[in-house]
Amino acid sequence: MSVLVYTESDNGKFKKNAFEVASYASEVARQMGTTATAISINANDNESLGLYGISKVLNVANDQLNVFNAKAYAHTIAQASNKEEAKVIIISSSSDTKFLAPILAAKLEAGYIANVVAAPESTSPFIVKRTVFSNKGFAHSQINTEIKVIGVSNNSFGLVENNTSANIEDFSPSLDDTAFSIKSLEIDKVVGKATIADSEIVVSGGRGLKGPENWGMIEELAEVLGAATACSKPVSDMGWRPHSEHVGQTGKPVASNLYIAIGISGAIQHLAGVSSSKTKVVINTDPEAPFFKAADYGIVGDAFEVVPKLIEKLKEFKAQNA
Amino acid sequence: MKILVCISNVPDTTSKINFTDGDTKFDTNGVQFVINPNDEFGLTRAMWFKEKQGATVHVASVGGPSAEPTIRKALAIGADEAIRVNAEPTDGFFVAQQLAEVVKNGSYDLIIAGRESIDYNGGMVPGMLATLLNMNFVNTCINLEIDGNDVTAVREIDGGKEKIGTTLPLVIGGQKGLVEESDLRIPNMRGIMMARKKVLTVVEPIEATIATTDVKFEQPAPKGAVKLVDADNVGELVNLLHNEAKVI
Ligand SMILES: Cc1cc2nc3c(=O)[nH]c(=O)nc-3n(C[C@H](O)[C@H](O)[C@H](O)COP(=O)(O)OP(=O)(O)OC[C@H]3O[C@@H](n4cnc5c(N)ncnc54)[C@H](O)[C@@H]3O)c2cc1C
Ligand SMILES: Nc1ncnc2c1ncn2[C@@H]1O[C@H](COP(=O)(O)O)[C@@H](O)[C@H]1O
Repeated sequence: MSVLVYTESDNGKFKKNAFEVASYASEVARQMGTTATAISINANDNESLGLYGISKVLNVANDQLNVFNAKAYAHTIAQASNKEEAKVIIISSSSDTKFLAPILAAKLEAGYIANVVAAPESTSPFIVKRTVFSNKGFAHSQINTEIKVIGVSNNSFGLVENNTSANIEDFSPSLDDTAFSIKSLEIDKVVGKATIADSEIVVSGGRGLKGPENWGMIEELAEVLGAATACSKPVSDMGWRPHSEHVGQTGKPVASNLYIAIGISGAIQHLAGVSSSKTKVVINTDPEAPFFKAADYGIVGDAFEVVPKLIEKLKEFKAQNA
Repeated sequence: MKILVCISNVPDTTSKINFTDGDTKFDTNGVQFVINPNDEFGLTRAMWFKEKQGATVHVASVGGPSAEPTIRKALAIGADEAIRVNAEPTDGFFVAQQLAEVVKNGSYDLIIAGRESIDYNGGMVPGMLATLLNMNFVNTCINLEIDGNDVTAVREIDGGKEKIGTTLPLVIGGQKGLVEESDLRIPNMRGIMMARKKVLTVVEPIEATIATTDVKFEQPAPKGAVKLVDADNVGELVNLLHNEAKVI
């Protein structure tokens, strides 16, 4: 009757969110008086999960699963859940996990709550807090089914160390052809660059930057900070930046530690998608721009003067703190 | 090809969100409702399939009578027929079970839903629907081409995109990219007039599991005032981010 957690990896290495969901699962297990078991797929470093309180890892090594496949992954996790007789399954909020989650939940006839931002307030009845209305509110939601699937928001629970020794056990799911009826033909992904989903810092540019030719300084600022780059909706609509960088209510959600908005007015649809970032900074020429009401720090000024100075100061700071 | 577009009726993106009845209900007072933006992209792509490939397009929504103006708008944009399942859409699994029944009765080849609805942001209806119906499923779909039974789709992934090959019957969770912003259509007078005459069938819900219930809502905590840093003193921002916010 343990708690099961799916710990996601990329090229054999656990993602940072894997340790966050492992921490969350350990907390749920503690509340329920049981232990937390992880399921990992083609990950190399299973022992490292012990640091976050995982006492058992079901290790799947299967070449058919080298490329992510939502259905095959969901079936694998469902079978692991059946084997462990898990009552609660913890998963992350990455785009792959959000893809497999409803398949997993429907297969297990489990209630699924996504965008959960805190440990359960009660496990019987099972109640969790989640964001709703694109971060404009919270709901306390109860799951009524016997099996429960919890999607933990990125960067909401954090990493909690709880050193345990993890027992690694091999696990082979049985997957037939129907699990692979969706085929990956081509993946086009930036490598070695921070993504909006798992970056601690996101640097974002809006229409105030006037044109795509001015993004050099945004990229340089992002590079100094080890940040991902993002943009407002009109910027991607006009083709200045790729669609995948569009953040906000109808774009990607941002839940970073630091969000820097440059030349972005702070329309309600933009703010809805970025407001769960912990610290927000705005740089805008217009002191009346709505973003100043949502930000923690602001500079009223011209991005073309402020950003180069900021890059310079950050480089000095990095040199001193290296 | 027979397409069903699933439409969620949601508060306009500019809505202020308030709760009522001791914070147990969303306060719809003064709120304008619209087609969920992700569904609008999907509906517009469906119109393309109708015009270019002769597809038939139906829309379905699970909701009370108050959802009808939004459903009529989808008809005015060009859908051929509509179905409303007469039930409050309180839980994603419940909605998926209702829509599965609609799909079974209408034998659709392609179900276009949105990546998520902007009200409860569950992001679960399309994946659950596909699983209940044993259909293929592509989420965060940003491009969709259909040739006979063969499907080529592109989905957004963290840090890029993935091209996918599969076959009908298929459910997608769509979003911007399926069509461009500039392709979206504002219903014209003729469309609105025609929509009045189109069939809108109301069906009663089937018995289904309610997997989750929202017991209470909460507003975000009010935000403190912004700390302004002088544009001539950018170093101070670096200092604050390091020493006060501790984010760098
Ligand atoms: C259904 C719907 C969904 C939407 N979803 C989203 C969404 O998900 N994400 C999103 O971002 N938007 C979304 N929008 C659009 C949103 O309403 C705004 O139009 C958009 O966010 C504005 O983008 P912006 O801030 O880049 O541009 P603008 O509003 O034009 O703001 C530009 C800002 O730059 C400032 N500026 C100008 N020059 C400089 C300079 N030299 N230095 C510094 N600052 C400068 C200006 O003062 C201004 O505040 C949506 C709209 C609708 C209707
Ligand atoms: N009440 C509903 N009626 C019809 N379709 C819905 C309803 N709720 C959600 N959907 C569809 O499912 C998608 C994802 O919604 P959700 O799982 O609620 O985030 C939406 O974009 C719609 O296409």
